[in-house]
Amino acid sequence: MTAPPAGVAVIDGLTACPECDRMHVRLPVRPGEKAACVRCGTVLYQAPRWRPDEVLAVVVAALIAFALANAFPILELRVQGIASTATLLGSVVTLWREGRELVAATVFATTWLAPLFDLLAMAALLLAALRGRRPAFFAPLLRLLQAVRPWGMIEVLMLGVLVSLAKLSHLAQVVPGVALWAFIALTVLLAAVLSYDVRGLWRLAGDVGGAL
Amino acid sequence: MTTITTTALAAGLWACPDCRTLCRAGVGAGATVRCPRCGAPTRARKADSLSRTWALLIAAAILYVPANLLPVMQTSSLLGSSRDTIISGVVYFWTSGSRGLAVLIFTVSVAVPLVKLASLAVLAHSAGRGTADPHRLGQLYRAVELAGRWSMLDVFVIALMVGMVRFRSLAVIEAGPGAAAFGAVVILSMLAAASFDPRLLWDAGGETPHDQ
Repeated sequence: MTAPPAGVAVIDGLTACPECDRMHVRLPVRPGEKAACVRCGTVLYQAPRWRPDEVLAVVVAALIAFALANAFPILELRVQGIASTATLLGSVVTLWREGRELVAATVFATTWLAPLFDLLAMAALLLAALRGRRPAFFAPLLRLLQAVRPWGMIEVLMLGVLVSLAKLSHLAQVVPGVALWAFIALTVLLAAVLSYDVRGLWRLAGDVGGAL
Repeated sequence: MTTITTTALAAGLWACPDCRTLCRAGVGAGATVRCPRCGAPTRARKADSLSRTWALLIAAAILYVPANLLPVMQTSSLLGSSRDTIISGVVYFWTSGSRGLAVLIFTVSVAVPLVKLASLAVLAHSAGRGTADPHRLGQLYRAVELAGRWSMLDVFVIALMVGMVRFRSLAVIEAGPGAAAFGAVVILSMLAAASFDPRLLWDAGGETPHDQ
């Protein structure tokens, strides 16, 4: 009898702490519960509070908020009868035209591209998981989602909108736009989506060819 | 409950970085296996963790200088023009009576980047030695990963101000060269934190008697 080849997962009932590598037996957890490492306290895995179809509903709501947040101006400024409005993408374009391409690209990637990708990827993955299937795109997309997720910074942008509002209120009359409310909704909905631990999807959707 | 008091590495198992499935270890230094569940290249520890962390950390520390010395924002209006650095922006908030905002901006733009760079240096320095307290350093690592993204606040505020304040003849705000440097500091230090493998803190110390 020969040992299984390198790389083949041996025991699925075990898990290792991502921060200290200590091994644990995988015990079942109830919805909303977390399993923590006995040595360093890091969360090992958690049972989602919501079902995948419930998360999908929040994802769709967040996509609507995203569309509204980008279609309308965030604020309108009025100085001596002259009004000026700006959208998020408008600000990015202005920065780019002024020769601040690096700043423009950073803002675009972290506040537009990454959150939108996160929501679209979540929708595709949750739909696949709900059908109990694992299409060819599943593993690459979930891996990409895990890599992109830390770079989405909508909640930081939200705080930035509030700070610029405070800054501008010294200089001009500030009228909140539709997008301001949409951004607040998007921040809350996205926080709910991000609280869903996507690592659970690896188990939900089964494995390649039942190799385990 | 079954008690396991070993690490995955000691048991000849490597945890997949993406789906955390335990894979049978490959043979030889620097070996890589392919995770059978998600296809991610899996190693014993993150590739060249310490040298990558140091390289990104040093790059971030160098850029920290122009990020603070160069203006991040240039305001031109009928009353003249002014150039603001990050610190002068904080001072402006403080003197104009918005002390809460001054403290917020100072914390995320000045204190967090500095503390983050220093913490990562301590982590990367101790990881190779195994003399320090891995519990406390592990907590430090988690705090560093959580707080880093909020430093992007100033970059977003600048972007929004540039996009919104466009009253051709009355007042125009432009991003200064410091903004790109500051954004780069935040991104490089996030990459440095992601390159660091916290398991290295525990590896050198062997088994500690903290297990319950």
